Amino acid sequence: MNPILSCHDIIVDFDGFKALQGVNLDVHHGEIRFLIGPNGAGKTTLLDVICGKTKAADGKVMFQGVDLTKRREHEIVRHGIARKFQNPSVFTELTVFENMELSIKQNRNLFSVMKAKLTAEEKDEITVMLERTDLLDRAYDPAGLLSHGQKQWLEIGMQLLQKPEVLLLDEPIAGMTGAEREKTGLFIQEIAEKCAVLIVEHDMDFVRNFAEQVTVMHEGKILCEGSMEEVQQNELVAEVYLGREAKVC
Amino acid sequence: MRKKQMIYLLFFLILLLAPFYLTEFRLALLGKFLCYAIIAVGICLIWGYTGILSLGHGVYFGIGAYCMAMYLKLEASKGALPDFMEWNGVQELPWFWKLFFNPFFSIMAAIFVPAMLAAVLGMLTFKNRIKGVYFSLLSQAVVVVVVTLLIAKQDFTGGTNGLTNFSTVFGFSLSSPMVQIVLYAITVFALFAIFMLSVWITKSRLGHVLIAIRDGENRLRFLGFDPAVFKVFIYSLSASFAGIAGALFVLQVGLISPSMMDIIPSIEMVLWVAIGGRHSLFGAIIGAILTNGAKSFFSETYPDVWLFCLGILFILIVVFFPKGIAGLFEAFPKRFTKFFEKGVKKGESDSVVS
Repeated sequence: MNPILSCHDIIVDFDGFKALQGVNLDVHHGEIRFLIGPNGAGKTTLLDVICGKTKAADGKVMFQGVDLTKRREHEIVRHGIARKFQNPSVFTELTVFENMELSIKQNRNLFSVMKAKLTAEEKDEITVMLERTDLLDRAYDPAGLLSHGQKQWLEIGMQLLQKPEVLLLDEPIAGMTGAEREKTGLFIQEIAEKCAVLIVEHDMDFVRNFAEQVTVMHEGKILCEGSMEEVQQNELVAEVYLGREAKVC
Repeated sequence: MRKKQMIYLLFFLILLLAPFYLTEFRLALLGKFLCYAIIAVGICLIWGYTGILSLGHGVYFGIGAYCMAMYLKLEASKGALPDFMEWNGVQELPWFWKLFFNPFFSIMAAIFVPAMLAAVLGMLTFKNRIKGVYFSLLSQAVVVVVVTLLIAKQDFTGGTNGLTNFSTVFGFSLSSPMVQIVLYAITVFALFAIFMLSVWITKSRLGHVLIAIRDGENRLRFLGFDPAVFKVFIYSLSASFAGIAGALFVLQVGLISPSMMDIIPSIEMVLWVAIGGRHSLFGAIIGAILTNGAKSFFSETYPDVWLFCLGILFILIVVFFPKGIAGLFEAFPKRFTKFFEKGVKKGESDSVVS
């Protein structure tokens, strides 16, 4: 099967510091792939390159046969790659419903937005998503009043409303309670039925429970790939990552 | 919602009936304030809703005013060269002045030239992601450039004296009280139309996009919107509002000079909106009228200290009512109901400069 998203030899140079040194990564349709690695390994930078926030000095990002390397952020989103950031970033002064209304897949040019009216289908779509994210009773509250976990869900919900092909999640469970984590994990599994999910995560228990494929990064390079068991048995990984973690603990 | 609409209607009705209960002098003042209110609505849209602080709206106001004034000046000169050109030794009317023989061209120019200048400035800055303080400073630099240009090219622009000594508009005498009342009524309608248009924008999905730009431009980018396009649009729209205000201003006041569009007036425009409440379009109108009303009251009654009074008023509002007069009115009913329900709660904090 051809990968839906593939990165070829990505190099990112921050004023001399090589954050990514030739990264190759393939993501297939319907898979949940976790990116793990110690701090500074370049996991978030890789997500930034895919979604256009950071420009690669060299290398290519191919998505369904289209070269996205030189595209701007909003164009990449329109192609079908959604990104959720580490800190929940929702529009705090808009209501939960309005947040979702802006996120729906729609014509986003000036004149379409000017003419846009909330259609019945859009309303149904939002209502379904409000139910899925457990926010139905908060629909008309400003998003700024939500709890941290609810904001995370709202943001994931907003990304899903765009009907992406690939969803990039940066530490989606940071700051969540145990029950919330479990729920988020199940939610992500549900999402993966329709699109590929690429997740940066530090929480090893969470990775163990929900990972299908794991990619380990270290100092701007891919160290190894495989299932969680394979990765755990890899000696290099144990040395640079799990070993170090064991020492810290 | 109903109640709000009733208040708006009542307000505009009171304004429309002003010729019946105000003296000619007061009516002229109010007409001038309403022009300022039109600018305030535009500033509220870009600053309050979109979060772009423009300190250069004087330019757009000034350009609108000059466009109208050029037509009035040509009409007053009755085919001869405008007086200041003769004093400066200009032999022939420059080509760009000739365009302003046509009143409709002049009116269109007053609306669209500011919008186009704003669009150019907006494209250069917003597309390159210049925002916040840097944009504010740039917008102020534009004021300096335009004002300097107007003064330096005095043979074409009238220099520091600006353009004045008008006589007629469409053949009607500007000094006639009836014409002034008609112009006042046109100003009220213009303010009403611009206000309703702005309310409609803020309630539509476009308005939500604007608030989203203020709350998190980056997030919006990752929802597939190009914020720069929306920013350029709203900035141009608000510039054209200022241009309309300038044209109406010159018709009623009979004078436009570079000092009326300089840096200090540009900053004052932002103050009106801050005082009225930058998150409320209606508040912006009230802010413009009240601040200028207070200014003329203080300057008539206490000419020595009026600037201090204005300064104190501004400081008080920023410190105690960061949401301006509009915030005060929103907070009062809430405070009362909360008081009776479960005691007073701590209000949300909000800073004026963001």
